[in-house]
Amino acid sequence: MRKGITLFLISIVSFLIIHLAPGEPSQIDPLNPRFTKEDIVRYRAAFDLDKPLPLQYLSFYKKLFSGRLKSFKDNLPVLGKIKERFLNSLPLFVVGTLITWSLAFPVGISAAINRGGIFDKTTTFMAYLLISVPGFFMAYLLILFVVNNFHVSVLGMRTFGMEDASFIASFMDRVWHLVIPSLLGSLVGIAYLSRYVRSQMLEVMGEDYIRTARAKGASEDSVYYHHALRNALLPFVTMFGMLIPAMIGGSVIIESILAWPGMGRLGYEAILARDYPVVITLNFVAAFLVLMGTFFSDLLYMLVDPRIKL
Amino acid sequence: MDISLNEDNRDILTKDGGRLAKVWGLMAENRLAATGLIFFIIFLSLSLFGAVTTNGTNPLFNPETVRLSDKLLPPLSSATLANMLKSELPPLGIYILGTDDLGRDIFSRMLQGAIVSLQVGFISIGISVILGVIIGGIAGFYGDRKVFGPLTVDTIIVGLIDIQLSFPTFFLILTVVALLPPSIWNIMIVIGLTGWVGPARFVRAEALALKGQDFVLAAMATGMSDIRIIFRHILPNAISPVLVSATIGIADAILTESALSFLGFGVPPPNATWGNILANGRNFIFDAPWLIYIPGIAILVTVLSFNLLGEGLRESLNPKLRSG
Repeated sequence: MRKGITLFLISIVSFLIIHLAPGEPSQIDPLNPRFTKEDIVRYRAAFDLDKPLPLQYLSFYKKLFSGRLKSFKDNLPVLGKIKERFLNSLPLFVVGTLITWSLAFPVGISAAINRGGIFDKTTTFMAYLLISVPGFFMAYLLILFVVNNFHVSVLGMRTFGMEDASFIASFMDRVWHLVIPSLLGSLVGIAYLSRYVRSQMLEVMGEDYIRTARAKGASEDSVYYHHALRNALLPFVTMFGMLIPAMIGGSVIIESILAWPGMGRLGYEAILARDYPVVITLNFVAAFLVLMGTFFSDLLYMLVDPRIKL
Repeated sequence: MDISLNEDNRDILTKDGGRLAKVWGLMAENRLAATGLIFFIIFLSLSLFGAVTTNGTNPLFNPETVRLSDKLLPPLSSATLANMLKSELPPLGIYILGTDDLGRDIFSRMLQGAIVSLQVGFISIGISVILGVIIGGIAGFYGDRKVFGPLTVDTIIVGLIDIQLSFPTFFLILTVVALLPPSIWNIMIVIGLTGWVGPARFVRAEALALKGQDFVLAAMATGMSDIRIIFRHILPNAISPVLVSATIGIADAILTESALSFLGFGVPPPNATWGNILANGRNFIFDAPWLIYIPGIAILVTVLSFNLLGEGLRESLNPKLRSG
């Protein structure tokens, strides 16, 4: 119910972004190379800017969902275009999430167990390094490293002209092309999540029931993994939803550099081509995806934590 | 009544000064935070130095001088003296950080770009903090006022926070920047307008917690205005989480601006920013890798210093996190 209201408000905000652009041909700033007179005329027609505001809103979403909102560039329905690109981005998001979770947990747990030790200090510094490095700089470092050391190509979804190669070779090719952008997309998530796992573990380890477990003679491993980890896990379900916006935002840069034909790259191309229907709809779709993610993690949370019921 | 500084009052004053000194001492103890602070001071002085030396009609370091005979030179190489006017020579006759594809001195361009990062970081976060304090203060202080039916001020503001958190910020910023005419002010305002959630949440939480406390009730009873109560009594208590989130916010804002510049939506050329130096250098990634390494590492170190500083402040200002 609450998500429904939020979705409605998000649809209004996404719609209002339209009005940031100059509305009348006479308002055109001759120094603004991003908007010409012809752009305005097309823009006004596409978004029905002649009608009153509530009608504009209704007709924007009616056009969007009936497929009559067309891209300025190739006249294809906007929603279909975004759906196609989203399906391309999906493997990146899935693999990126898998990498994030499978790396962040062991790192965070061992850092918490060796609190103050060398491993803890190193991973702490690494985490700060990862959240501070610009994504585009990291992308070039990784490209240089992989191309120079493994001699594989990483741009695009697969190497051009590999259609006749053996199954294994083309499979490995796909894997390389998939892993690099997913890894780049997961770096910030790894840094945040591993820090969060660490502090969560430390907090739980101070609880009384951990002392009890130790006192009754449970082995250290059993205390860490059976008693502590289980209780530290609960809040992570919410992290699942919180990492989505960063991943979608980061995909713009990563997909543009690595020529991955996904949603982020579509956004970048659309902005360069002044394809405004696509740009504006993408914001709505991205916010919708985030909302779905948080909704999903709320459901999971209810499933894991018996204290929370609808 | 005349308030003179008797023994007791003086004691309180020195205690207060002592607290600042204590925070300072804790910062110095925390080696990561101290490193962050040192790098921040270096960055601050370099960008101020850059603002002075790269501006004006005849600057000491000219970031726009094109020298086609000296293009793509590695760092520390000396200028070809033969066919150059005196005014075109770099200071000392060497290119400290090399040159780009037009023979422009990278050191001068980096200096010019530093002030852009500094401005974007501080001004946009200034906007975020002001907005966040106002919104958070209203939500916390007037939260239970009814607006319309069961709708209270607090539900509206929490709803606003939900909406803001649902938009992938970078995407939203990119869209808005693409629709508006290119200028550094638009970028700073847009980054600032999307970053208010952090400070707003902290101020709201603190205002909710303090609203029922005796000292706030006493202040109300003396007839103090609400604005004065919020600014004099509630805000000082929320200052440390806000300061921490602002410091980390500066790091994020610098990263966002460099990413926008990298994609070509930043400060319009010929003005150099660290992001567009790197974007320009990617075409020569194998011939002139320093064009990528220098701005990349500069952004990394600056952002890292703000992140470490923020984390150090968090530890020094929060007694619960102190070890021992």
